Amino acid sequence: MKTRRLFAGLLAISALVAACGGAPVSTSPTPTSATTGSPAASADPCGIPVTQKCSSEAQSLTGAGATFPGPIYTKWVDEYNKLTGVQINYQAVGSGGGIKAFTDKTADFGASDVALTDAQIAAATGGLYMVPTVMGAVVPTYNIPNVTATLKFTPDALAGIFLGTITKWNDPKIASENSSVTLPDMAITTVHRSDSSGTTGVFTDYLSKISPDWKTKVGAATSVNWPNGVGSSGNAGVAGSVKQTPGSIGYVELIYAIQNKLGYGVVKNAAGKYVEASLDSTSKAADGFSMPDLGKLTGEQTKLSITNSANADAWPISTFTFLLVPKDLSDKGKAQAILRFAWWGTHEGQSFTKDLGYAPLPTNVVKSAEEVLKSVTSGGTKVLK
Amino acid sequence: MTRGFDRYFAVGVTALAMLVPLTLTGIALLIFIDAWPSLTHFGLSYFTTTVWDPVHFIFGAAAYLYGTIVTTLVAVVIATPIALGASIYLTEFAPRRIRGPVSYVIELLAYIPSIVYGLWAIFVMVPIMRANIEPALQGSLGRLPLVGQLFSGTPVGLDLLSGGVVLAIMILPILTAISREVLLAVPPTQREAMIGLGATRWEAVSRAVLPYARPGIIGGVVLGVARAFGETMAVTMVVGNSSRDITGSLFVPGYTMASAIANQFVEADSELYFSAIVEVALMLLFVALVVNTIARYLIRRSIADRPAGAVV
Repeated sequence: MKTRRLFAGLLAISALVAACGGAPVSTSPTPTSATTGSPAASADPCGIPVTQKCSSEAQSLTGAGATFPGPIYTKWVDEYNKLTGVQINYQAVGSGGGIKAFTDKTADFGASDVALTDAQIAAATGGLYMVPTVMGAVVPTYNIPNVTATLKFTPDALAGIFLGTITKWNDPKIASENSSVTLPDMAITTVHRSDSSGTTGVFTDYLSKISPDWKTKVGAATSVNWPNGVGSSGNAGVAGSVKQTPGSIGYVELIYAIQNKLGYGVVKNAAGKYVEASLDSTSKAADGFSMPDLGKLTGEQTKLSITNSANADAWPISTFTFLLVPKDLSDKGKAQAILRFAWWGTHEGQSFTKDLGYAPLPTNVVKSAEEVLKSVTSGGTKVLK
Repeated sequence: MTRGFDRYFAVGVTALAMLVPLTLTGIALLIFIDAWPSLTHFGLSYFTTTVWDPVHFIFGAAAYLYGTIVTTLVAVVIATPIALGASIYLTEFAPRRIRGPVSYVIELLAYIPSIVYGLWAIFVMVPIMRANIEPALQGSLGRLPLVGQLFSGTPVGLDLLSGGVVLAIMILPILTAISREVLLAVPPTQREAMIGLGATRWEAVSRAVLPYARPGIIGGVVLGVARAFGETMAVTMVVGNSSRDITGSLFVPGYTMASAIANQFVEADSELYFSAIVEVALMLLFVALVVNTIARYLIRRSIADRPAGAVV
């Protein structure tokens, strides 16, 4: 995700420059100039849905966290600034860094690709909520000489390959599902992410769900002790290594595979169907998904995982990415600004998802997000009405 | 200006001079404090085991240490003869009008950013290593007893050997530049005396020039080693980034200390994990210190052995 981080940084800078260029209006916050021309001028300017500038909310925010949603958060920040004048600085430093910044209170909100652990939740004084914002998926990509067909993988085969129990491409566990393809008697080289990454988090979370062996021997985390293979940095590194190494298989973000026109395999989902990975089948992973109570966090994290979804049309290696917002914030202006931004992102902001390669949240998940955003308080009283 | 100003000036420059050692001490101290939880938790096993498992909080960094030392050794073994040969050619054999351009091109290598080396390595070098060089090595040296162990396994191209080769290219300019300077500084009378005695050019170079220049050449190698130790980006891109058991083969994916820090630092979210990574930094600092000390000792010893009046 290195290139993307750079990209996000550039965007953030250009957003700042743009914001500074148009600043004269926001520096003189006279209520008349802020509300004129807005169609919803009669409604509460600080309420939801967000339609205009709210003079009582904080006019600048900082956020830090995951690199995966970096491009869309940057887009949101830009659009949201045009709508409300609020300046938000989002730093895509990685999920771990985001959690740290949020816990240390050096950022107003955090962002993470993986649900926080009990210890991380406990460390955040004042408590927090994890609000799902957009969805993404991870796909297996491979390079086998003279094989151009889309390969089908059973969960068992995929786990076996990365565990190292399946070592040849013509292993019956792979070949039986791909009878129309002639697979070579060739050693498999697995390629994984060398940098800690939410992509690895999702992929290993999936493998842990479908393979007891994987769960006990390796487990799920943003960086794990890989049983074999080579590590490369970022989606680009993994894709590059796979492209160059005959007989290799790796995993990359779906967006990356689509943007770079990489071929990728299909994985049998929990319903036993082979569904192609797409933005639609990614959204399907959370469709009909019974969201846990986002207000209760500890011990509930696994319920936020949507890998191996029961939905028959779902891509099985899908995930949410979360915004971390404080449960209670004494600074009401800040709370207002954070919540309104999160609200706008999970509603109007969803319209930018597909262009940027993200899957939008299904309505049931947006509902859960609404509930949790509404329950945030400032000094004991609810902020959003 | 009065004497008083002199005193302030002295205090000022002393303070500025102290800034450097203070920074170094500060860095070392901070690293040590952050590494403390890991140091006390794992003790010696940290340096002797190779399991690096962030899920189960088991950390052993022996593979990182091994990878750093092996890639650096490979780099020095490849780069030293090339650098020495090039500098002997440039100082003893090359016509004057070739000397300038060739040295300039070699030194130009030093100005290429390491990420560019990495990209070149991953797109150009690795495929050649995998398809040509590694199978060739396996077919020749790989058949020898003992040495053959170095070239066993399936050639993937992303391995310790590739990491070492990239490093070799990266330390080549500094090695060549220093060797050339040192050889140039050998007094012409040394050669003339040798040739006057009827020696061949080879004899003059090997008996008169090289012994004279040895301390300086060793110093150049040390600077190369220091660069190789800290080099991160280009190596990370080709070394394979996998910390498995130490097999003794150069054809397995490996990991260096610097790559481990760069790869994992950002998302190390638990205290012990973070601390374990900082301990890698501590180890890197320590190894660098030890290597430099050994090198200084070597230089001093070879100065003591040198023919009278040699160039340091």
